Amino acid sequence: MKSCNSDCCVPCEADIVAIVDKCGRTECNLIPILHELQRSFGYISDEAMETVAAELGITVSQVHGTATFYTLLYTRPQGKNIIKICDSPPCHLQGSKAIQAAITKALGIEPGETTLDGNFTFEVVSCMGLCGVAPAIMVNDDVYGNLTAEAIPEILDKYAACSCCCGEGC
Amino acid sequence: MAFYRAHILVDTGTAAVLKGANALRTALVDEIKRKGLDKEIKVVETGALGLAGAVPAIVVYPEGVTYANVTVDDVAEIVEEHLLKGRQVSRLVYKGDTPSVIKSAENCRSAEMRVVLKNIGVIDPTSIDEYIAMGGYEATAKALTTMSPQEVIAEIKASGLTGRGGAGFPTGLKWDFTAKADGDQKYIICNADEGEPGNFKDRLIMEGDPHQIIEGMIIAAYAVGAQKGYIYIRGEYQQSVANTERALDVAREMGLLGSDIMGSGLSFDIEVFKGAGAYICGEETALLASLEGQRGESRMKPPFPPTHGLFGMPTVINNVETLANVPHIIVNGADWYSNIGTQKSKGTKIFSPCGDVQYPGVYEVPFGSTLREVIFGMAGGIKSGKKFKAVLMGGPSGVLVGEEALDRSLCSEDLNPGAGALIVLDETKCVVDLIKNCAQFFAHESCGQCTPCREGTKRMVEFFNWWTAGAGSEQDLKLLDQLATTMALTSKCGLGQFAGVAFKSSIPLFEEEYLAHLVDKRCPAGICEMDKVEEEVRV
Repeated sequence: MKSCNSDCCVPCEADIVAIVDKCGRTECNLIPILHELQRSFGYISDEAMETVAAELGITVSQVHGTATFYTLLYTRPQGKNIIKICDSPPCHLQGSKAIQAAITKALGIEPGETTLDGNFTFEVVSCMGLCGVAPAIMVNDDVYGNLTAEAIPEILDKYAACSCCCGEGC
Repeated sequence: MAFYRAHILVDTGTAAVLKGANALRTALVDEIKRKGLDKEIKVVETGALGLAGAVPAIVVYPEGVTYANVTVDDVAEIVEEHLLKGRQVSRLVYKGDTPSVIKSAENCRSAEMRVVLKNIGVIDPTSIDEYIAMGGYEATAKALTTMSPQEVIAEIKASGLTGRGGAGFPTGLKWDFTAKADGDQKYIICNADEGEPGNFKDRLIMEGDPHQIIEGMIIAAYAVGAQKGYIYIRGEYQQSVANTERALDVAREMGLLGSDIMGSGLSFDIEVFKGAGAYICGEETALLASLEGQRGESRMKPPFPPTHGLFGMPTVINNVETLANVPHIIVNGADWYSNIGTQKSKGTKIFSPCGDVQYPGVYEVPFGSTLREVIFGMAGGIKSGKKFKAVLMGGPSGVLVGEEALDRSLCSEDLNPGAGALIVLDETKCVVDLIKNCAQFFAHESCGQCTPCREGTKRMVEFFNWWTAGAGSEQDLKLLDQLATTMALTSKCGLGQFAGVAFKSSIPLFEEEYLAHLVDKRCPAGICEMDKVEEEVRV
């Protein structure tokens, strides 16, 4: 596997073909393939989409169309940790705007942006089914609910970038 | 087999885990061991107990006492007092309507009645043995070995079971269409793309009792002659995906999925399909497009999925809750089921009250219960001593109702419950702000395929942006009302058709509040900013 200088990996064609084989070489497996690509490489690059299209015998525009339609699929590099805040009615009513402001204050980024060190991407999403514990956020796969603005810094600290220089994200 | 004098069920649903349920479980196990009770008392991890507002929670059996908001610091006291000395720790006992108590069908008018949720929080969702011990897979055995496919369909028809995803179509009729349709391959799809804000009931079923859904699907496959099933779970529900996949693996190992199930000649298997984040995929034709690897864009109906579904083949698409009802109907009979509920709405419905209520959570009641019973009886009424203002029924695509609706019955002939969400507002909330938020939701989730929905949802947000900035005018209300009507009449699928429903329903109830924003340029609740004038924002 070819690796770039940062902590992400650039998928080579053989890796992508292996994923296509694992998920099954039919068009209906496109979404599982895209999920798997993203799990392995962090996002779905243009080159990866071209390879997948060629392997499945469908057009690049079709792969691109599917990959860009869904909010959980990323076609551009994202931060190491993805913070999702819900602003659908149940969370909105319980004060999600204040939580959003607290995250922006803590990280200095607005929704849709990534911190300069690449550690956090922040996005506003639709309902995550956590209405019973509104307002809620997810950081990667971890759920945090019944939030107050005061609780935010402590939560984000858990995901803070490693300050030593080992480059291992310890 | 070891005998335990007491069992402690620990709620390890998503809500509980985020409040430290795993640490609580470990502390309980350690403390029980330390006191030398580990041979007598068993700690069992279960799915969520439906007490989202009061977790972490545990239930101690045989007494059936529920302790809520339990922390690691309470463990020593519970073990010492309750388990060693037999005295309940009263300060922690849950005061709400205890969901672990299963109430009988006869006197259930005002109380919770657990049919679909009866195992939730009672069994370990990862153990098929516990599910079978509670009568699990009895329905599959009964249907596959003693009934013909036609008899199964007749039983479901006679039960009066209708779709629980919001549309309420008769399930037996749907199955019948697929059974009679021509096709080499037929499919059963469980719609677990629970995306409507305010709904979190399907998540509870998948996380707490996934085998019920598998059973419902096997029985449906037998009835219509399907060979393949998919459970389409939204990508955000990691725990649901994990629990359901594990349940499928175990069922497959035991021969409950695969070829010649129970010697009936039925060959059927199920796969979990993880969604990728799109509200529209809860719409059945968009879900099919997604399963086929495409953008989740809805398709024209007719033809309908029961005859022309996945890959053009006959396909049954049922909601999680609908399928979970099936085994209970087969075991107990259509007569038993149709005696629960009202004239037109049979059985139970699961509600998920949330918002400004004291105990947000998941509650199962017979159809015909009143809105008041659910919001004030089960969810504990409005929190922080405030007054009730309104409730958004079923989520943003539902209707807004006020105090006058509290004593109406939740059933298809009176107040339609939709998928079961009850988003409750207290007196301090602004209706205009809420409906604006709903409009933003639809604008974000519109698939962009048809003009009335793509443009209409954008214009709706634009109007609300003006109104909440202080730049509205009285005639706007009529204009947006007309737009909502146009969208309802001309949009291709439910998303656009229902995007304006909450707004339309809110006008007669809260006209004064709208006029305060539009004419007086003032937000009575003090929530909207109202800091701009017309020239600044309206071009």
